[in-house]
Amino acid sequence: MGVEGIGARVTRKEDKRFLTGKGRYTDDMTVPGMKYAYFIRSPHAHARVKGIDASAARSMPGVIDVLDGKQLQADGIGNLICGWMIHSKDGSPMKMGAWRPLAVDTVRYVGDAIAIVVADSLGEARDAAEAVVIDYEPLPAVTETAVAMAAGAPQLHPEAPNNLIFDWQLGDGDAADRAIASAAHVTEIEIHNNRLSPNPMEPRATLGIYDGAEDHYTCYTTSQNPHVARLVMSAFYNVAPENKLRVIAPDVGGGFGSKIYIYPEEIVCLWASRKTGVPVKWTADRTEAFLTDAHGRDHVSKVKMAFDADNHITALKVDTIANLGAYMSLFSSAVPTYLYATLLSGQYAIPAIHANVRTVYTNTVPVDAYRGAGRPEATYLLERTIETAARELGISPAELRRKNFIRTFPYQTPVIMNYDAGDYEASLNAAMQAADWAGFEARRATSEANGKKRGIGMSCYIEACGIAPSAAVGSLGAGVGLWESAEVRVNAVGTIEVLTGSHSHGQGHETTFAQLVAGRLGVPIESINIVHGDTDKVQMGMGTYGSRSGAVGMSAVVKALEKVEAKAKKIAAHLMEAAEEDIVIENGELKVAGTDKALPWFQVALAAYTAHNLPSGMEPGLKETAFYDPANFTFPAGCYVAEVEIDPETGETDIVQFVAADDFGNIINPLIVEGQVHGGIAQGIGQALLENVQYDANGQLLTASYMDYAMPRADDLPSFKLSHQNTPCPSNPLGIKGCGEAGAIGSPPALINAITDAIGNNGLTMPATPMKVWQALHAAH
Amino acid sequence: MYATSYHRASSVEDAVKLKSAHDEGKYLSGGMTLISTMKQRLAAPSDLIDLRHIPSLRGVRIEGRKVTIGAATPHADVAASRELAAICPALCQLAGHIGDPHVRHMGTIGGSIANNDPAADYPAGVLGLGATVVTDRRSISADDFFTGLFETALAEGEMVTAVTFEAPEKAGYAKFNNPASRFAMTGVFVAKTAGGVRVAVTGAGSSGVFRHSGFEQALAGNWSADALSNITVDSSGLMSDLHANAEYRANLVKVMARRAVASAG
Amino acid sequence: MTKVTLTVNGRAMSGECEDRTLLVNFIREKLGLTGTHVGCDTTQCGACVVHMDGRSVKSCSILAVQASGSTITTIEGLAGQGELHPVQAAFKEHHGLQCGFCTPGMVMTAVDMINREGGSLTEEKVRAGLEGNICRCTGYHNIVKAILAADAEMAGGRQAAE
Repeated sequence: MGVEGIGARVTRKEDKRFLTGKGRYTDDMTVPGMKYAYFIRSPHAHARVKGIDASAARSMPGVIDVLDGKQLQADGIGNLICGWMIHSKDGSPMKMGAWRPLAVDTVRYVGDAIAIVVADSLGEARDAAEAVVIDYEPLPAVTETAVAMAAGAPQLHPEAPNNLIFDWQLGDGDAADRAIASAAHVTEIEIHNNRLSPNPMEPRATLGIYDGAEDHYTCYTTSQNPHVARLVMSAFYNVAPENKLRVIAPDVGGGFGSKIYIYPEEIVCLWASRKTGVPVKWTADRTEAFLTDAHGRDHVSKVKMAFDADNHITALKVDTIANLGAYMSLFSSAVPTYLYATLLSGQYAIPAIHANVRTVYTNTVPVDAYRGAGRPEATYLLERTIETAARELGISPAELRRKNFIRTFPYQTPVIMNYDAGDYEASLNAAMQAADWAGFEARRATSEANGKKRGIGMSCYIEACGIAPSAAVGSLGAGVGLWESAEVRVNAVGTIEVLTGSHSHGQGHETTFAQLVAGRLGVPIESINIVHGDTDKVQMGMGTYGSRSGAVGMSAVVKALEKVEAKAKKIAAHLMEAAEEDIVIENGELKVAGTDKALPWFQVALAAYTAHNLPSGMEPGLKETAFYDPANFTFPAGCYVAEVEIDPETGETDIVQFVAADDFGNIINPLIVEGQVHGGIAQGIGQALLENVQYDANGQLLTASYMDYAMPRADDLPSFKLSHQNTPCPSNPLGIKGCGEAGAIGSPPALINAITDAIGNNGLTMPATPMKVWQALHAAH
Repeated sequence: MYATSYHRASSVEDAVKLKSAHDEGKYLSGGMTLISTMKQRLAAPSDLIDLRHIPSLRGVRIEGRKVTIGAATPHADVAASRELAAICPALCQLAGHIGDPHVRHMGTIGGSIANNDPAADYPAGVLGLGATVVTDRRSISADDFFTGLFETALAEGEMVTAVTFEAPEKAGYAKFNNPASRFAMTGVFVAKTAGGVRVAVTGAGSSGVFRHSGFEQALAGNWSADALSNITVDSSGLMSDLHANAEYRANLVKVMARRAVASAG
Repeated sequence: MTKVTLTVNGRAMSGECEDRTLLVNFIREKLGLTGTHVGCDTTQCGACVVHMDGRSVKSCSILAVQASGSTITTIEGLAGQGELHPVQAAFKEHHGLQCGFCTPGMVMTAVDMINREGGSLTEEKVRAGLEGNICRCTGYHNIVKAILAADAEMAGGRQAAE
């Protein structure tokens, strides 16, 4: 495929602008007359708002206006919605409470927006915000997942009695119960999946610009999916019709899921721009990010895994409570259901699976998809359970996994998914070999001699990516289709623009998408530009999340390219007086196979645009569009091994080595794929060892800055050992599966399995902070 | 940040004069704590008097075994001082692990001890060394200087100009980081000085930095990590927070003390 | 309003600002150099690192008036127009950046690290030297690799020059 095509370690085309300070992020944007917004937010986790008096603030220096929720409501701006309908097992629809972009009479979490101050400077806006008097009547709050449904718990929404949003199930409960009743062994465990804040380094920001003369809005925003933002703001929030609203997501400094959703601030800044007649910019500070960016995970589960006398898994039964926070965020309902329970078969042949999932409201930040989204929860639950079972059964963790691996494909699980390809043992073997698993006991002995505790742990993950076949997700409740679009625009001189609905915010699309085109046509990568992130340029798209850009976004590019190539071949055949089917495209030329006749790519492009000599009836130009709707999910899988050394005096964990063996199918750019895995592992290690969102009993967020929320830093992490196995994905033209989330999915259980192995106490919850490990060690001895 | 007025002092006298002219003003040294606090609107000094440009406040001076560190000397300069490393490497090591490289380029010893954050490193070093805090008007022994959480013996308008001490025979510092902020979750400075053994603990006490007399007595009799093995650290009076409860901190105090002694040799 | 005068990336620049204006906001908003970023409020993340009088500092925790009279280098001034400093080139070569938001601070930190300890850097030293910079994308793996490679290359360059 050449040095710049598929499979090549091409350094990134986009790097230079970021390395020289020329990246353009939303907060870098300034337009004439622009003013600054400051959001007034609830300091209470739960309160009635009895009155807002902004009269003093309005007359303060630099203040343009102070606007509140009643005005927003009067202007017909709609409520925020959750776009995935889930029905409870009794057939009733999920109980969605009203989420006003600016709260009107009740606030339900610390950080809930109430009003906006627009002023000449941010300092003046903040000064004025302090002069707005809000009369609150505090109400009791509930924050903990496990107690939200308890009798007497404070109630958040009248629509949802007992704070229960839905009580949903998947799989065959009777079959699971029967298998458990007749099992030779049943492993029971309670699993907590800790609550995380996604923390992209760029805080969210938005710039709303209303043009009164054209009655047109422009929204610069930190979004992973600007077209979805436009669709939702038009169709549901009544901001403006789509033809009157342009959404631009310029360079975006990381997302990890948290920038999928449409938040109140985009809506309010656009509306405020119309109300005040000035462009309005808002940029979150880090504390606002902790207070308002959708959080991730927060599950409490009870698990039973049944085995026959031969140690084959016969059933899995899971009862999960998932905390969705104070309101239902855009895709919140899908995360603990179809992105979670559908993966509970893991890499294992399990005849009977049943999952019951209840989701609850609490007085906390809304919870939605964060890197992995549901799949880390499923993997953590399964891999902690099977590890525990191996210890109980006295069998090696690798052996128990091997015995239960799925080995023939396609494989239909009892929980919807149809796995299309994989070789789980290949990854397991590769990981164990890279980690020198066989030499571990000797290393453990050395550590023991030095007064340290050493442990090793593995995790075998599977995920469903390439999200997603539209009809399938539609039947499961999704409010949108999850195809992707592409447009390949060949210029008259042969250079190429590829317009894609996938958005790049760190993933390197400007390079990998160009590699695909360069490889197919044999043209220089410099002659290809990738255009994304602007609803005025790209017609439509579903955006970037769920490791879908390669499998879905690039497949759409392939389809558009096929059309372009077909037309170019027709033109070339006509010009060279050859048969169309004899034309091949190679090394930047269209050749007549078996002859020395050839036309350079640019000449065919030029011919398409001069249109002096085209086949009869052909339209001029060389530009094609395609929409690609995947036929199935893709199933990346792999095996991770963590080896740790614990300092028993302090409980500190040192990650001695971390090995990842992943099967992502075909790989476009190994350099970029490795980078994705590194970053995912770091977030998984963060979850396992460091990160935890904590609220106090009154709903105050205790971890609202980097002083208290522990982010993984360079000296917390080792260098990682990676390898790739490859069973190409049969369901998309490129054979690729997706790699963006694997690291975050596979690593937490590997770490916790290693630490619990080291300390001999299985009752450890994430994050395994030094104090918790020290306490667990003392409890164990 | 609330509005404030900035003044750049050219000398100690100038600084004290500026401060006395502005009741609600504050001295500003490296600003690594003060500016952050002001950004969060948790402090609102009407005026800031910048001490960073007063030449006499900057630098490490060594005469024999007497060490004088100017109040506005950044942590990086203390960490990198070869002369200091030759007679008291423990303090260089302490300074070299405050915050991060960028913070160490701005933050100063005077600013750190005048702020007396209960999780700051320097208070342990200064108290552990039995140093003297020199101000624009007097000298204060470290034992009298640190009076409580964010509290010191400094009078209104009084300004730290230097810290002086006799280099100890031996000293060591061991610190266990808060996993989030990287401040000391517990830091212990041990020193064998002419006036006896001193052990100072930061990051752990609910009233800020404190001396541990039990450790001091044990080490006076036997300068070795093992001398501390049988001493129980009382967890009452220790801080409890998200990251470490008092019981765990009590454990860390002992472990870090042992490691500090071991590192002192 | 106070007049602040700085030498930024080799050019004398001045502007009026409130005394409460942070250096990072002065650089971004008054001077239009938006390569220096703000990622937190508590002097932790390092996205705002610039060099002041030759030393790395966090420009989010310094007032513009405090910096007045000093020499500042930002990411935009590290190399000549169209060129890459060896550290920038190493970050590209080793894929030491993804979303690019922490990158200017990382690069300025790496340059400062090499200025201070060039030729003697190890993986452990580099990781410790990145204590004041947070990256959420890369897991630091390739950042560490890039800094070590740049250090080796620059040390080689210094040797060759001697």
